[in-house]
Amino acid sequence: MSIERTYAEINERIKSGQAVVLTADEVVSLVEEKGVAQAAKEVDVVTTGTFGPMCSSGAFLNFGHPQPRMRMSKVWLNDVSAYAGVAAADAYIGATEPTEDDPLNKEYPGEFRYGGGHVIEDLVAGRKVKLRAQSYGTDCYPRRELETDISLDDINEAFLFNPRNAYQNYNCAVNVSDKTIYTYMGMLQSNLGNAHYSTSGQLSPLLKDPNFLTIGIGTRIFLGGGVGYVAWNGTQHFPAMLNASGVDLHPSGGTLSVVGDMKQMDARYIRGASMLGYGCSLSVGIGIPIPILNEEVMRWVSRSDKELYAPVMDYSDAYPNRTGELLGYASYADLKSGEITLQGKRVKTAPMSSNPMAVEIANTLKEWIKKGEFEVSQPAQLLPSAKDNIVAKALNTDK
Amino acid sequence: MSSKKIILRFTAATSDKPIIYNLVKDYDLMVNIIKAHINPEKEGTLVLELTGERYQEGINFLEEQNIKVQKLAEQVNYNQDRCTSCGTCTDACPTGALHLERPAMQVQFDSDKCIVCQMCVKVCPMKAMEVCF
Repeated sequence: MSIERTYAEINERIKSGQAVVLTADEVVSLVEEKGVAQAAKEVDVVTTGTFGPMCSSGAFLNFGHPQPRMRMSKVWLNDVSAYAGVAAADAYIGATEPTEDDPLNKEYPGEFRYGGGHVIEDLVAGRKVKLRAQSYGTDCYPRRELETDISLDDINEAFLFNPRNAYQNYNCAVNVSDKTIYTYMGMLQSNLGNAHYSTSGQLSPLLKDPNFLTIGIGTRIFLGGGVGYVAWNGTQHFPAMLNASGVDLHPSGGTLSVVGDMKQMDARYIRGASMLGYGCSLSVGIGIPIPILNEEVMRWVSRSDKELYAPVMDYSDAYPNRTGELLGYASYADLKSGEITLQGKRVKTAPMSSNPMAVEIANTLKEWIKKGEFEVSQPAQLLPSAKDNIVAKALNTDK
Repeated sequence: MSSKKIILRFTAATSDKPIIYNLVKDYDLMVNIIKAHINPEKEGTLVLELTGERYQEGINFLEEQNIKVQKLAEQVNYNQDRCTSCGTCTDACPTGALHLERPAMQVQFDSDKCIVCQMCVKVCPMKAMEVCF
């Protein structure tokens, strides 16, 4: 009879220190050796990990009220503008917001050395950050200006709330034009000079639960070195089957919205990032445990880099102009080898997301679970999956 | 006979001397000029690869001319704590000085292969590479 487990049963085993936990790397070799059915019997939880630049990240901060009180209308942290249209002493600092006087791309390609992602890293690292605020003044909030230094310990709440993280899969970006281009996928050399990809492949959380059988609202996760939760599906959550020449490969295109207390986090896993010629961002470390409820969950979680594919897209035309045209598909095994073949040409590859950090996160989460410190949570609601046929809307600019 | 990469720094008073000629003719050294720059103050920087039995004599000669000699490796700073081993730099690096060590995919920096093109300084999202020029 095939194995079936409940979340409660898995948590009992975690609490008693008996849970068998493997990383998503390790489970690939176990299934190759023993098959899906046997591996499903032996393993309770598989841990995944990813670490890379994840735009659509940011943090809600509550600064506490000064004396006299102030209804902050405009807020800057280390001269990076934060959105203050939330409440008197609340603000949201977004990862991609550049420093106010940043030259941007005026001297192309711009360096974008400091932005919202760096502010978040500085706060998590315990460094002081300059808070500057302006207001128009009200009877109950008379103060109009403020400038002071804050640190994470000084303020009330600071939680990361990232509207779109942990992309299930991502394009492998190339450049077919005759000049170098600077993109959020890095510097792409002309005439297919290189190819950049950005998931951790067989370690990547949503590639290992591609049909959202276990990951949903309320799933407890590793977020930036602390414990966080899946809050909702991410924005642009368009899980759909990746189909190459009529062959279904695997689902692709899902995203997560995640939340977590910055005061628990570790700046090793939350890093400001600067993308030459593009902008600034935040590199985020995320690890998600996948409870092995049955053989089907195990079958998906054991998929290897050889069975997982990235669509290859030209970022000089097809991507910016939304033509939808693909140059083909590349397996993560090939991408990680350092070279793929495109249009008969050998193209060198480089990742944007860190494989060693992904491994480290999956291992850390594994240790937390083995020590009984981290239980798996049953989602309050599962997320839409490929079978829900969500179609991405394009913005109509003709109206 | 291994080659060594060095940086020479010239003052305005020394930057117009034909020192490459001396290194080749007087000390029988093979010279590969990697980079050369003179600023508006007439101070010069020269990155060289030197090969030859009389390497040390050549270096002594340079120092006698009041030319500051630095090892290249000491001027290119790979900040390991800042590096997350994303690997984005590895295909921008033209010589393979920055490369991924497989299968762990850890970024490694081999300063002997560096030609100070400074591409890594520009493309590294974590700003983990610094060059002191």
